Amino acid sequence: METTLNYINTSMQNFSRIGIIEKKQNTASEYFARNGFSFRQDEVWRFADFSAFLNDSLNIPNATDNHSFEFKCNIPHLDTTRLTLVNGYVSTETELVVTEQGVIMGSLRKAIDQYPELVAKYFGECCKKDNSFLAINTAMFTDGFFIYIPDNVEIKKPIQILDVIKSQTPMFLQTRNLIYVGKNSRITFIHCDDSYNVNRSFSNNVTEMFIDEYAHVEHYKMQNMNNVSGLLNHNYIAMQQSASLISNSITLNGGNIRNHNEVRMLGEHCDTQMHGLYIMDKEQRTDNYVYVEHAFPNCTSNELFKGILDDSAHAIFNGHVLVSEGATKTDASQSNKNILLTDKAIVDSKPFLEIYNDDVKCSHGSTIGQLDETALFYIRQRGISERNAKTLLMYAFCDEVIQKITIEALRERLSDMVKKRLHGELTVCDECALHCSVQDCKFEIDVTKI
Amino acid sequence: MSLLSIRNLHVSIGDKEILKGVNLEINKGEVHSIMGPNGNGKSTLAAVVAGNSKFTVTQGEIIFKGKNLLEMPIDVRAAEGIFLGFQYPVEIPGVSITNFMRTAVNEQRKYRGLDPLSGSDFLKLMEEKKKVVEMTAKLANRSVNEGFSGGEKKKNEIFQMAMLDPIMSFLDETDSGLDIDALRIVANGVNKLRSSENAIVVITHYQRLLDYIVPDFVHVLYEGKIVKSGTKELALELESKGYEWIREELESKQK
Repeated sequence: METTLNYINTSMQNFSRIGIIEKKQNTASEYFARNGFSFRQDEVWRFADFSAFLNDSLNIPNATDNHSFEFKCNIPHLDTTRLTLVNGYVSTETELVVTEQGVIMGSLRKAIDQYPELVAKYFGECCKKDNSFLAINTAMFTDGFFIYIPDNVEIKKPIQILDVIKSQTPMFLQTRNLIYVGKNSRITFIHCDDSYNVNRSFSNNVTEMFIDEYAHVEHYKMQNMNNVSGLLNHNYIAMQQSASLISNSITLNGGNIRNHNEVRMLGEHCDTQMHGLYIMDKEQRTDNYVYVEHAFPNCTSNELFKGILDDSAHAIFNGHVLVSEGATKTDASQSNKNILLTDKAIVDSKPFLEIYNDDVKCSHGSTIGQLDETALFYIRQRGISERNAKTLLMYAFCDEVIQKITIEALRERLSDMVKKRLHGELTVCDECALHCSVQDCKFEIDVTKI
Repeated sequence: MSLLSIRNLHVSIGDKEILKGVNLEINKGEVHSIMGPNGNGKSTLAAVVAGNSKFTVTQGEIIFKGKNLLEMPIDVRAAEGIFLGFQYPVEIPGVSITNFMRTAVNEQRKYRGLDPLSGSDFLKLMEEKKKVVEMTAKLANRSVNEGFSGGEKKKNEIFQMAMLDPIMSFLDETDSGLDIDALRIVANGVNKLRSSENAIVVITHYQRLLDYIVPDFVHVLYEGKIVKSGTKELALELESKGYEWIREELESKQK
């Protein structure tokens, strides 16, 4: 069987193009033909190593397979509109719909047929700098969601996007989401990346999001993949004047996960809050790349990424804030804090500011350390065992990121999952149908209720 | 037999010897006060009894209820009845006092072979013990020590002592950082917890606290040793004469 890399090389030129975006797909294909994978020299991609997946022989999902998926998600007091992708294809349960408010949501491929001009206007326009993985996705994506929210619409019910991988064979998946949030509109997305079983997979997923003037978006990302899978998750976000974004990614499990975020604030008074939490063990690897561009005056951005690494886990934080010429009164901060539980765990942390303007306020910081011995002593002095004392302290460390989640029901659920994760237990939601690792978790101690 | 016997205790941190042969016998029902200049080993003594691994015991022994305390891990000592009121209580964000105490109480009960307290029984206990230090319901729901004032932190220490009902408590400068009202509340709290079944060691610099918590014995820890012991009158004498007096007395003895 041919390797995934071979498949990409040989199929890219002939991969069936999609009408209205054909030109963009051809450009992407040419970009890849010229550049290939030459990441080691590129600072942005220096630590991104997916070669094991590319050299493997992964299957390509078939459009004609059955993509139905019965899904149960029980977050108490949280009602969501669910959009499900199964193996890179829109689940048959999720058609392209238009709501009373004029919101269009559903399959991107269907949207290309039904709203070609709308899709053509935005597709690929968020991604200013090309890269090879993005190019492959542009040229060869299977499907994904198109979500169009008109101006002045407030959607109270969060939209929950599920990327489900359920396959009996190892898979290579590429999904593509395109989201437009109209002027002065408000929306919350909950985006879950889950594997359904223990099979190996590699996903190269792209989400593009336009946030128009005065619009507000909250984007919660939940990542819970099995240990043998890879996920390269691209988020390209373009914001117009006075737009605001809260992004929170919680990475609980996964073999090799890279969150590649590029945020461009293309008007004054934009605000970006990006938070991340990663809890990794065994041989797991997580890589958060966060690029924030301050192109106009009076914008604010704040990054807070925290992680706990056990065993031989490896985490990378690569933050880049670019303050362009003329972007006065920029207020930007970057913070990355890590706890290493063993001497084999590794963190590469690189907060980075690139400033071409005076009259700005920028700060960055990074810490890598161990659990505080004095705090451990304090907790154990109350009669709490060493193991539980450590769990409590780790939870306390994570709490800062969890508290940034504004939806109470979601915050409580995620907080719960973090606690379970810290116990080294299965981290699926209790009621979730997505089981990515061993089941049967038992909690006998009260720490889990804290 | 004493409740707690500290015999010829020598303790080092790194190459530096801090305690140089401490002897102390404490019986049930007694309150002892340990005074002395800064940096002479008062806090170290309390931390070593509680099991802080930062310090190395090089000689001597600590016997508690007839058992060798030095062989026990920190949490086992706590479950056996040792309590340390910290001079600088630690903040634990995201963990409420209620849940922290519930975990602690139930882990200690488990050690003693008791069933965990039910939710309602636990809350009843909380309500009762909150009164000891006039703690508000609001405070109990907040994260442990996070953003607490100095007074709130010390109240919280005594509240935890009340919840855990220890046999042998060391209170390390519980009066530092307290205003007059908070001092009164904290001291009254400690007095309410005094009984014929437990013992308390109060570490302090000031006679002021001892006006409220009247000790049975006062010891002066100086240069790693208990150099003088007496009754509550000794504290008054120290207050008026200062530690210089101790130093001079020691020097004249050596001559």
